Amino acid sequence: MIYLNCAATSAQKPPCVREAVLQALESPGSSSRGASEQDLNAARTVFDARLAVADCLGATHPERVVFCANATQALNTALFGLLAPGDHAIATDYEHNSVLRPLNALAAQGVMTSYIPVDRLGRLELERLESLFQPHTRLVVISHASNLTGVVLPVREVAQAAHEHGAFVVLDAAQTAGVLPLNMVELGVDVLCFTGHKALMGPQGTGGLIVAPEVSLCPLLYGGTGVQSALPSQPDTYPEHLEAGTLNTPGIAGLGAAARWLATTGVEEVARHERALRSRFVAGVSACAGVTIYGEVPRCEHVATVALNIGGRDSAQVADELAQRFGIAVRAGLHCAPRAHAALGTTGQGAVRFSFGWFTTEAEVDCAVDAVCTLAHEAGA
Amino acid sequence: MAERYAVATFASTFDALEAERCCREAGVPGRIIPLPTHLSAECGLAWRMPAESSARALFEHACAGRVRVAAWFELA
Repeated sequence: MIYLNCAATSAQKPPCVREAVLQALESPGSSSRGASEQDLNAARTVFDARLAVADCLGATHPERVVFCANATQALNTALFGLLAPGDHAIATDYEHNSVLRPLNALAAQGVMTSYIPVDRLGRLELERLESLFQPHTRLVVISHASNLTGVVLPVREVAQAAHEHGAFVVLDAAQTAGVLPLNMVELGVDVLCFTGHKALMGPQGTGGLIVAPEVSLCPLLYGGTGVQSALPSQPDTYPEHLEAGTLNTPGIAGLGAAARWLATTGVEEVARHERALRSRFVAGVSACAGVTIYGEVPRCEHVATVALNIGGRDSAQVADELAQRFGIAVRAGLHCAPRAHAALGTTGQGAVRFSFGWFTTEAEVDCAVDAVCTLAHEAGA
Repeated sequence: MAERYAVATFASTFDALEAERCCREAGVPGRIIPLPTHLSAECGLAWRMPAESSARALFEHACAGRVRVAAWFELA
């Protein structure tokens, strides 16, 4: 199987990730729940992972790296932690359901959301942003890159506008952490939400958020932290403020190993490799008659994700055929991004998403190009 | 006579581990212990080290700007 669904998860990990998980499983301890050498080793594993992730994601305060299960939990923590009834939020049409659904749930509590539109070509209509601000706009939440088209969004410009209006910026870095150089301060991000198992190449079940020092969130979860146990409320200190319950130490061990591997390999190097694969794929399938690629916005950077359709064929049928006939794994349908599909006009057909990772080879990309062109030819498109 | 020692307490596990890292890097003697219950009814980790003022000075130099110490105690 050629796995070209890396925007969903990195199916292949550096060997050090598996080794770190196994080591944590073979000598388990409980981080922050004891001072024996075994428990301290678990705490040190989590501590080291915090430092590595902070370094990888450009955070200056590693104690404000908060671990949780995934980007969805991180985004829920950020949105429910910052927004209160009567507040207003701004998001984009490119947002994933991990943002859209919390915002929809918050609407029932009196939080209104406005959306920066995406046009039919896949371009974020940034010029519409200024008109969306209201006196009580509390935050702007934005994907760093679309999980559908791969287009990288203008976070710095959005953050600058948000701060001019006194609003926080929440970044969904699910598609970029590990593959685009990140610096929270330079980007102007107040809360960065990440997943561990995509481009960061850690295990599933890991992720987190990084909260800038001047930002305070109400916790999403309440419970034990291993410190300040007499306090009836959640401690104010980070990371415990947002980390109730025993952490996923084996997963975090793997995530830490992955972040250190990335530091050694270089995020820039990963980005260069993936950009080259994407360009190769786009050039190949662009030459096939009847293939429509979405979101190829001129002069816009992309991560290694491409959404396309073959004529009017159902995207799920195409994905199934790619798997069954060609042994290529992709993702069809709406990709948890219904507003983006609505903007691109693909709600009915969905799209076939190809996404590449560090372990993807040029030969695999060429196989995918050949398969797409064969299907397009057979479709008579 | 019981040996006297100093204890630094922290509000967060992160600080306790950061203190351990800083001290190990700088060769400052000491180790992490469970937070003594008579110091606080809470739980967590603390740093135990020799009571001499010179050791404390080494600790403070090694951890300057990196560790938030909640309180210092001298125990026997």
